[in-house]
Amino acid sequence: MNGETPEVLFWVGCAGSFDQRAQRITKAFAQILEKVGVQFAILGKEEACTGDPARRSGNEFLFQMMAYNNIAVLNGYGIKKIVTACPHCFNVFKNEYPALGGEYEVIHHTTFINQLINDGRIVLKEGGAFKGKKITYHDSCYLGRANNIYEAPREVLEALDVELVEMKRCKTNGLCCGAGGAQMFKEEEPGKTRINFERAEEAVNTGANIIAANCPFCTTMLTDGVKNQEKEDSVKVMDIAEMVAQSLAD
Amino acid sequence: MIVQQIFFILILAAAIFLFVKKISEIRRNINLGRDEDFKDNPSQRWKNVVLLALGQKKMFKRPLPAILHLFVYAGFIIINIEILEILLDGVLGEHRLFAPMLGGLYSFLVGFFEILAATVLIACVIFLIRRNITKVKRLNQAELDGWPKSDANLILITEIVLMSLFLIMNAADLRLQELQSAHYTATEPFWISAHLTGIFGGMSEGGLIAVERTCWWLHIIGVLLFMNYLPYSKHLHIVLAFPNAYYTRLAPQGKMKNMPAIQNEVLYMMQPELAPAAGDQPAEPQRFGAKDVQDLSWKHLLDAYSCTECGRCTASCPANITGKKLSPRKIMMDTRDRLEEVGKNIAKNKEFVDDGKSLVHDYITVEELRACTTCQACVEACPVGIEPLSIIDQLRRYLIMEESNAPQEWNLMSGNIENNMAPWKFSPDDRDQWAVEMEQQS
Repeated sequence: MNGETPEVLFWVGCAGSFDQRAQRITKAFAQILEKVGVQFAILGKEEACTGDPARRSGNEFLFQMMAYNNIAVLNGYGIKKIVTACPHCFNVFKNEYPALGGEYEVIHHTTFINQLINDGRIVLKEGGAFKGKKITYHDSCYLGRANNIYEAPREVLEALDVELVEMKRCKTNGLCCGAGGAQMFKEEEPGKTRINFERAEEAVNTGANIIAANCPFCTTMLTDGVKNQEKEDSVKVMDIAEMVAQSLAD
Repeated sequence: MIVQQIFFILILAAAIFLFVKKISEIRRNINLGRDEDFKDNPSQRWKNVVLLALGQKKMFKRPLPAILHLFVYAGFIIINIEILEILLDGVLGEHRLFAPMLGGLYSFLVGFFEILAATVLIACVIFLIRRNITKVKRLNQAELDGWPKSDANLILITEIVLMSLFLIMNAADLRLQELQSAHYTATEPFWISAHLTGIFGGMSEGGLIAVERTCWWLHIIGVLLFMNYLPYSKHLHIVLAFPNAYYTRLAPQGKMKNMPAIQNEVLYMMQPELAPAAGDQPAEPQRFGAKDVQDLSWKHLLDAYSCTECGRCTASCPANITGKKLSPRKIMMDTRDRLEEVGKNIAKNKEFVDDGKSLVHDYITVEELRACTTCQACVEACPVGIEPLSIIDQLRRYLIMEESNAPQEWNLMSGNIENNMAPWKFSPDDRDQWAVEMEQQS
């Protein structure tokens, strides 16, 4: 931040900032924003965990502390509009910070990208890399069931001219990747399989070459799941931002 | 005749008395929960009653059971109009009170009820087959072993018996009409029972009257017994689905309930000048999260009584699907069982006397709670707007904040969030390293 109030604040999130796989999503999204000339800012070192995994694990104290500090920083900069590539951050900003004094227009990056396409600001290559490719889409819980966003990401895929093959468990019936509720940070409880294995198997069985995702945690979980299926050479897990970044017209 | 009338009125009064008594106990139990306000947005709430409870919107995610359930539900509600006549007949010592008043319409209505009775009967038989022979997975999971399975079968068998009695009674009545027996008002043949009169062969008038009366008495006593069975059964959902749909969540499913008490503690820590003077603190602070049923909201407790153990939540739960111990249905069943136990404790001792047990640990284990991914599939799946996740959230809050009961990995995660502003152990200084790299690359 350099004193100016930007068009939009890009909230990168912890995964997008630190996780090597998720950094590629962050860079792809930033590249899109730069390409279409959206004036955006990041908080950089002033950004901190929203507190989502703390709250969902039951640690409300820590959540409230993180929220207090984040809201102070955001309000201090007069932030009005936030875009984020993480559905967990999105959910906290949209649904949980308002009660604590943090009211912003919050938009998930897939919705934002969809708007930019509809407004003609993002121009996609004719016959891009994904045209006609068999692709399945994984609804993240915190974009889907949590916030009823099912169509915007699918519209982006449609704009990319892919052949979308839905899994049986999609939209409101979508199966979790296994990361939510702070599960990302601990071993699963004993069971007969892992949730990400179950979900990746379903995705691989659609015959898709790409599993499109909208969440850095889902991307990690599904990538591991695809490896477990020994399909990592033929099936890629990609964030929708990465697919769009690769399809931008010159 | 007058003896029968008095007998009938006594039975009816006893049935109503016992039913009201048990319902008021349930009401008291639900009110053991913490207050929660639902005065917002009544129009949306009524809409949910119409869509979810009356319209069974979410049932239709699975069309076959939805249609069968609709048969039973429509039959149940509409046939109750017939029960009104039966009650009035019993009290007034009449027989088919409405027949002379309604004429041809009466025969049409009874014929219609008979069709409903037949569809209820067929649907219940199919439901029994699904439960006991084809063994649909969600209807045969571990938490249903024992009483819950018997409860389900008992409900279905009772409905089959009641519907059969109703049809046999009508058939005997039609046969008696043919014999022009006294008291048996002539009607048009009823649509289904008209085809059943053959079962009586050449039975005498006296025998037919005995059959008709026996069926009449068994039917109405069965109905009154069934009514009194409801509050002890999962079948209570036929009543509580309606209030539960009214009070169900309107906020996005992703929104977790705020904890103002902790919000304030953090605020006072950050801005001590805002903290109230020591004397102004509430005398007894509430427990953080929920250890036992009394710590839950009354809506959680209403949820527990509204659950009919259909298992759509559990069938959609990623933890359960992958073999973990967590089952959202079991969360609801355990909550109701514990609440009933607490209710009995209060009835016995005038007030709750600590029994050394609690919902967490004694009913719901830590392992179950830990397995939840907060994906909200259970909430989405519930046809009557129950929120197992909301109870799980509250129990998890108790474990972490009151018992400091967390897996080591979560302690590390929390430590990292607190010290490094991220759940992993990275330096906060590297948070924008990706941007530096991007600049270098371009």
